[in-house]
Amino acid sequence: MKRLQLPLSREALASLKAGDEVLLTGVLYTGRDAAHQRLYQALQEGRPLPVDLRGQTIYYVGPAPARPGAVIGPAGPTSSYRMDPYTPALLDAGLVAMIGKGRRSEAVREAVIRTGAVYFLTIGGAAALIADSIRSCQPVCYEDLGTEAVYRLEVKNFYAIVGMDSQGNSLV
Amino acid sequence: MSAMRTLDASAVREAVERMVVEANCKAEPALTDAFTRCQAREEQKLSRSVLEKLTLNARLAAERMVPMCQDTGMAVFRVRLGQEVHITGGSLERAIQQGMARGYEEGYLRKSVVDDPLFSRENTRDNAPAIIYYELTEGDKLDITFAPKGFGSENMSAIAMLKPADGVEGVLDFVVDTVRRAGPNPCPPMVVGVGIGGTFDKCAQLAKFALTRPLGSRHSDGRYAALESELLERINALNIGPAGLGGHTTALAVHVETFPTHIAGLPVAVNICCHAYRHSHVVL
Repeated sequence: MKRLQLPLSREALASLKAGDEVLLTGVLYTGRDAAHQRLYQALQEGRPLPVDLRGQTIYYVGPAPARPGAVIGPAGPTSSYRMDPYTPALLDAGLVAMIGKGRRSEAVREAVIRTGAVYFLTIGGAAALIADSIRSCQPVCYEDLGTEAVYRLEVKNFYAIVGMDSQGNSLV
Repeated sequence: MSAMRTLDASAVREAVERMVVEANCKAEPALTDAFTRCQAREEQKLSRSVLEKLTLNARLAAERMVPMCQDTGMAVFRVRLGQEVHITGGSLERAIQQGMARGYEEGYLRKSVVDDPLFSRENTRDNAPAIIYYELTEGDKLDITFAPKGFGSENMSAIAMLKPADGVEGVLDFVVDTVRRAGPNPCPPMVVGVGIGGTFDKCAQLAKFALTRPLGSRHSDGRYAALESELLERINALNIGPAGLGGHTTALAVHVETFPTHIAGLPVAVNICCHAYRHSHVVL
């Protein structure tokens, strides 16, 4: 099990191999369908993004509401393929890693290789367990989207598996 | 005329409010037992570790009364209303919709429904509307089954209007191909609901209702029970495995439901459920 600091360094990204198990500590940003659509739209129109994603990692998640006293509700990954149409543009804009579940498109694989990014898997449905590794949760933008807004998460020992490494080798 | 039994809508609303929370937060023992059983037969460390984490996740969710998965689904109800029941104090439909919305709010469940599927796609913020299938039955009871349906697996579902000549092999191939195409996306180990027969719409409903059966229960007709076993064996030979990381446990069960059909047709529907095989049931 490799322990890695977020944001991920270029060296860390290059060293990871498909199938490696990792524990991530540091800052992640959430984003799923609706937020991706808006980020992509902004890039298409040449507008600045409301969140600086350069060097950052996006977690594809729409958390459940937090109970009083909890940092966040259960927060497992959503299927990554739905983000595929927007992902190459985000990688070209500086995003370096993604966390989700399931397969990616060939266009995403090409963009991963081109930009030296990494795609992590985490366990779909293990949402209550995953929430335990999230230490803070703050909204960043698109708050009108509720669960689909972009949140800044501080995570500690967040478990993931390298699903696709920066050479494009894929586990699923 | 025999006397009608009266049932107040408020009793329905309260029961529904409780049952939506319970289904999302408390895994049935049959499910966690299946995780444990499958964990023992996996050889790869990673596949075993996924099943172990799912068991732990289910325990944490039940202890804290939080949903086991953040996708607490679109709310689906199967309502069997005895024809001797008279609902008083409001409409049955409204009681179920309001009970569902209140349960999703009070139980800290995620609201995942958008008002318009294609254009505005704005979140309705109360998870309404629920999808409710009503059946009129004999007797004086109201029987409600609730099954929240997450869309990671719903999106991997499919229907085919096969020809009668396609036969058993055609059915086997379509179901197994649908699961193969789904691969890691629907959060395996999955439960596969199969509808065979009826019309286009009836067939899809059969597949949905197959996913309300007790986990691993068998079709009453031995030929279809054998088909369920054959499908489970073929699906578990696909090496998709827990979380799609390879292994023997791609599906926990295959449930087949059947209905008479037209001389020209052999409809087959496959509705996939993730490993969060969630239900609750109440009789009022």
